[in-house]
Amino acid sequence: MATETVANSARTEILRRIRAAKGGDSSAASAEAGWAAIERKYKRVSSRSREDVLELLEERLRDYDAQVMRVRLDDIATTVARMMSERGVQRVVVPAGLKMEWLPSGFEFVFYSEDADRRNGDSGGDALTAAELDGMDGVMTGATVAIAETGTVVLQNTAGQGRRAVTLVPDYHLCVVQVKDVVETVPEAMERLKGSATLATTFVSGPSATADIEMTRIKGVHGPRFLDVILAG
Amino acid sequence: MSGTALDPKTAPLFPIAAKIAMGDAQMRKNVRHATDVIQTKRARVVAEMPDWQQLREAGRQIRQHTMENLDFYLEEFERNCTRAGGVVHWARDAEEARRIVVELAKASGSDEVIKIKSMTTEEIQLNQALEAAGVHAVETDLAELIIQLGEDRPSHIVVPALHKNRQEIREIFQRKMNLPELGDRPDDLADAARMYLREKFLRVKTGVSGANFLIAETGGVCIVESEGNGRMCLTLPETLITLAGIDKVVPRYQDLEVLLQLLPRSATGERMNPYNSIWTGVDVKDGPRTFHVVLMDNARTEILADEESRQTLNCIRCAACQNACPVYRQTGGHAYGSVYAGPIGAILTPQLQEMHYAQSLPYASSLCGACYEVCPVKINIPEVLIHLRNKVVKQNTAGVAGLFDVEATAMKAMAMIFRSEKRFRAAQRLGRIAESPLTGKDGWIGWLPGMLGGWTQARDLKEMPKETFRDWWEKRGKNGN
Repeated sequence: MATETVANSARTEILRRIRAAKGGDSSAASAEAGWAAIERKYKRVSSRSREDVLELLEERLRDYDAQVMRVRLDDIATTVARMMSERGVQRVVVPAGLKMEWLPSGFEFVFYSEDADRRNGDSGGDALTAAELDGMDGVMTGATVAIAETGTVVLQNTAGQGRRAVTLVPDYHLCVVQVKDVVETVPEAMERLKGSATLATTFVSGPSATADIEMTRIKGVHGPRFLDVILAG
Repeated sequence: MSGTALDPKTAPLFPIAAKIAMGDAQMRKNVRHATDVIQTKRARVVAEMPDWQQLREAGRQIRQHTMENLDFYLEEFERNCTRAGGVVHWARDAEEARRIVVELAKASGSDEVIKIKSMTTEEIQLNQALEAAGVHAVETDLAELIIQLGEDRPSHIVVPALHKNRQEIREIFQRKMNLPELGDRPDDLADAARMYLREKFLRVKTGVSGANFLIAETGGVCIVESEGNGRMCLTLPETLITLAGIDKVVPRYQDLEVLLQLLPRSATGERMNPYNSIWTGVDVKDGPRTFHVVLMDNARTEILADEESRQTLNCIRCAACQNACPVYRQTGGHAYGSVYAGPIGAILTPQLQEMHYAQSLPYASSLCGACYEVCPVKINIPEVLIHLRNKVVKQNTAGVAGLFDVEATAMKAMAMIFRSEKRFRAAQRLGRIAESPLTGKDGWIGWLPGMLGGWTQARDLKEMPKETFRDWWEKRGKNGN
């Protein structure tokens, strides 16, 4: 113990202070029991009909300046074509694993694979640097979960959703949400995400925005300024 | 810039700073407008939630439970974060935290870092320390950028530049970004910031952030933000350094279902802020290849040791109490002499100074309770304010100083008067005689001499009634007429 480093001694000292402040150690058992005793009387399950939940999601997404189209699964590709044309978007990056049948013809889709990832300044590989992403018109992805009550789509680093920078740097994001992945409340979403909690995760609620200037909501600062959602199923 | 930093150790007393702030009509107008807008938005989205009170109670219990088991959850977080490829550091105080972050930033090989808005880095004046070591910190949150370019200081926890209006911001951007033609529409100003920062996001290889929540169960970190500047700093650099107070830990991933409902609605009046990021250690295919977390105490364990004010640590930094506070809404944030202003600042700042500085802050309140009502984790701020006032008095009258303390002597004299009916009657008579030359025609006293002047500095005093209750009672006669 005589060779304890400065770094170790800070750790030891802080933990000692905490235990002295509380008058004792905490064990896994006491933490477990205390956590289980927390009262959770808030809403944890859906109280609306399925149709109402989907309508709520549409309304809440629109309220925060996203465009939403509700379509049948068969109509995804034609809707993608329509929304991208309206936005004047041509070159779009697509993370590997997105369903091919969702992609219409007449646009340039640049496939991006996690396995061929490379960074700024590196060379080789099929992936895209941040600067290359910056040159794209937009990005198209799926989603893991969508939360109706808050108008949120949740993205994770999985097939068809890709790494976080892909949905961040381009100025336009088109997100396909399947009806089966829509929940009403935040607790229901966390329950679904629990199994993949350690994946890089981003909750997106409307386009990038700020209210830092006189509390006026301004759409689009650094993230995508335009968010379109296709609600399919 | 270091000369303008908000430092409780050198800040003037609150009443003095407040008096100066009250003279700045433009600032007061800006603060009033901004806090009005946030409060209205917050009220609307809180009213949408029939289970808001149940969420608050769960939030309170989660935070209280965390503090009761803080050692366990910090160790669990450290274990899981390390397993996922993160490197965990511990810092006893601000000085140690600055040293660790500066060393890590230099070791990353950058002479520039991009920063996410973080009150904890403001608390330890990290930017100045980086600057002194030859590392330039670029603030990327719009409000923080306004503060940095304007060589100003933050005045609010969530919207640090809310004391500036669009014309003032335009003037700063015109000058510092060399954009003489820039307009003053908020869209123009946000566009200017987007252009200014994009090149830095794509180029700078080291990011520095704070944290909203550290998840013990998974070793993950959660940051909530609006603009996407946070996501830029978290995903594009090669090295990420996160500084977090030890109070930021939460037990489990599931607990975010409560905190992610409470925080956005309370902070910005949104159902969910545009972006929440959650990441766990290092993912070779996504984001920085090197990730450091610095867990900082800096007097938080002192607060933990005081059972009556321990709840201060439950704060999730939403600033709803600032927006609701009638004092903050008049003075703005700078008068508090701390990056933590408003009601939460009035209890947090002196305690972070271990009660050696900022002793006037617990008095910067009318105890109206508006802060307690809006707090998403039910921190009873008025209760803690009174507790801290008591601590300040005890501290200042301890030992020999107490023998010469005028207030304590006056209180002892009062106690002696109240103990005897005769002395009490005499004192009342004396009071009526003494006050008569000071009483205005309207029956109010606006000025008292000497020590008593403290009372009339901020309020008027009604003159004593001509007849006391006792005199009236005795004159009534036996049958009550």
